[in-house]
Amino acid sequence: MKKRAVVTVVGKDQVGIIARVTNVLADYKMNIHDISQTILQDYFTMMMIVDTAEEDQIDALLKTFETIETEMNLTISIQLEDVFQAMHRI
Amino acid sequence: MTIAHGEIQETIRMVQMESLDIRTVTMGISLKNCASHDFETVKTSVYNKIVNYAGQLKPVAERVEKEYGIPIVNKRIAITPIAEILGDASVEQAIELADVLDQAAETVGVDFIGGYSALVHKGMTKSDETLLEALPKALASTNRVCGSVSIGTTRTGINMDAVGKLGEVIKDTAELTKHDNSIGCAKFVAFCNPVEDNPFMAGAFHGAGEGEAVVSVGVSGPGVVLNALKRYPDADLGEVADVIKKTAFKITRAGELLGRVVSDRLNVPFGIMDLSLAPTNAMNDSVAEILEEIGLESVGTHGTIAALALMNDAVKKGGAMASSYVGGLSGAFIPVSEDNGMIRGIEDQSLSLDKLEAMTCVCSVGLDMIAVSGDASPETLAAIIADEAAIGMINKKTTAVRVIPVIGKEEGEIVEFGGLLGRAPIIGVKPFSSDKMIKRGGRIPAPLQSLIN
Repeated sequence: MKKRAVVTVVGKDQVGIIARVTNVLADYKMNIHDISQTILQDYFTMMMIVDTAEEDQIDALLKTFETIETEMNLTISIQLEDVFQAMHRI
Repeated sequence: MTIAHGEIQETIRMVQMESLDIRTVTMGISLKNCASHDFETVKTSVYNKIVNYAGQLKPVAERVEKEYGIPIVNKRIAITPIAEILGDASVEQAIELADVLDQAAETVGVDFIGGYSALVHKGMTKSDETLLEALPKALASTNRVCGSVSIGTTRTGINMDAVGKLGEVIKDTAELTKHDNSIGCAKFVAFCNPVEDNPFMAGAFHGAGEGEAVVSVGVSGPGVVLNALKRYPDADLGEVADVIKKTAFKITRAGELLGRVVSDRLNVPFGIMDLSLAPTNAMNDSVAEILEEIGLESVGTHGTIAALALMNDAVKKGGAMASSYVGGLSGAFIPVSEDNGMIRGIEDQSLSLDKLEAMTCVCSVGLDMIAVSGDASPETLAAIIADEAAIGMINKKTTAVRVIPVIGKEEGEIVEFGGLLGRAPIIGVKPFSSDKMIKRGGRIPAPLQSLIN
């Protein structure tokens, strides 16, 4: 089974965050399994469970996210799902 | 099972805001089969073996940290104590071998290689003597080679001849690196009851009972523990222990997961998790600040040892539940120069060398990264080691001494080591001599294991 990863996006709310981020995921053919988003005191928080990118594309993906981070002043992270399972489940 | 959003947020917060990281992934490599009567062969086979086994360590670890989004700060190598493969080599050859280790470490891109070591807790072989002779120059002429010497254990007592010699080794190393704040001493540890699978520097070596190669992991996370405690300002001490325990559990699980992935990919067995809380000079990544959060105005004041004992034990309990293979030093480190809170404690004069010694009775290691005035005599340095070794011997625990007599500096001055090693206020040593005791030499007999009061 393909591994899944958790993508989180945090930053000041503005137009087009979801569009930008999900477009990137589509470019890398990463399916989204679950998505949730809230706005807390003007702060946009989104979490997604996605399929992982192809092994050789991770660096490119991280770079693309970095560009979005600087352009839109966001913090984006992507981490394999296992680590959350390990830390929070016995 | 799906993961709750709160849990995702907690992990992200730990990494991004509370300095959660894997402090080190350390590959242990046995060099036993590199021994040879021909020293050129020893040098080539040591270099080749290290580069072959650890060549992929750095790229693989970097890959894993990217995928999991948790930084692996250091990638390191521990090797068989070098004295065991020296044979009849001369002091000059032993120094050459240190250069070979340095080059191998540089080739594979690790920042430290530990194991320029000898185990002399009962007696010294000829090659142990060679290594001890070679140590000052080896530490001074290399950047990445770390050394350690075991001078006592609970079962053998303390080899005071070796302790006396180490006083000289430390002083000589300080002199040889005096242009650089005597930094060579920061790469050397004297141990009582050393462990064979410690992944942390400067005391890492690949023990006699270990296999061909092994990957061990040292987690960290004082910042995470500190922030968790801040959320419970009014909890009683039982609850404080519980918070630390739960946090240690989570940190350990993350560490073990990443360690196992690295070891899988390198096709090297997973060794142990070391649960040590290891501070850094990053903001809020301090063990001292955890003690202060528990309720001390400044670290070193009355109550410090009780708070440290509580914390150390809670970390072990949480970690032991999280991983089946706990080992190494596992507890709390209290280095001075690498912990902003400890530095402040010494500057404010709430923390002293005496109190630090007492703290080592209940925490994982010993006197660590302590800068003392440059005029401390070899005998005084040896006596500091002897005191610390006695604490370890009697309490059946590991203790260590990593002191830096900074040549040319006096009590109250500040010395900057730079990078991970941080900075430290110089502590004065007692003006009274311990010369006679050190000069007596011999062995302190192993202690009784019963009548334990």
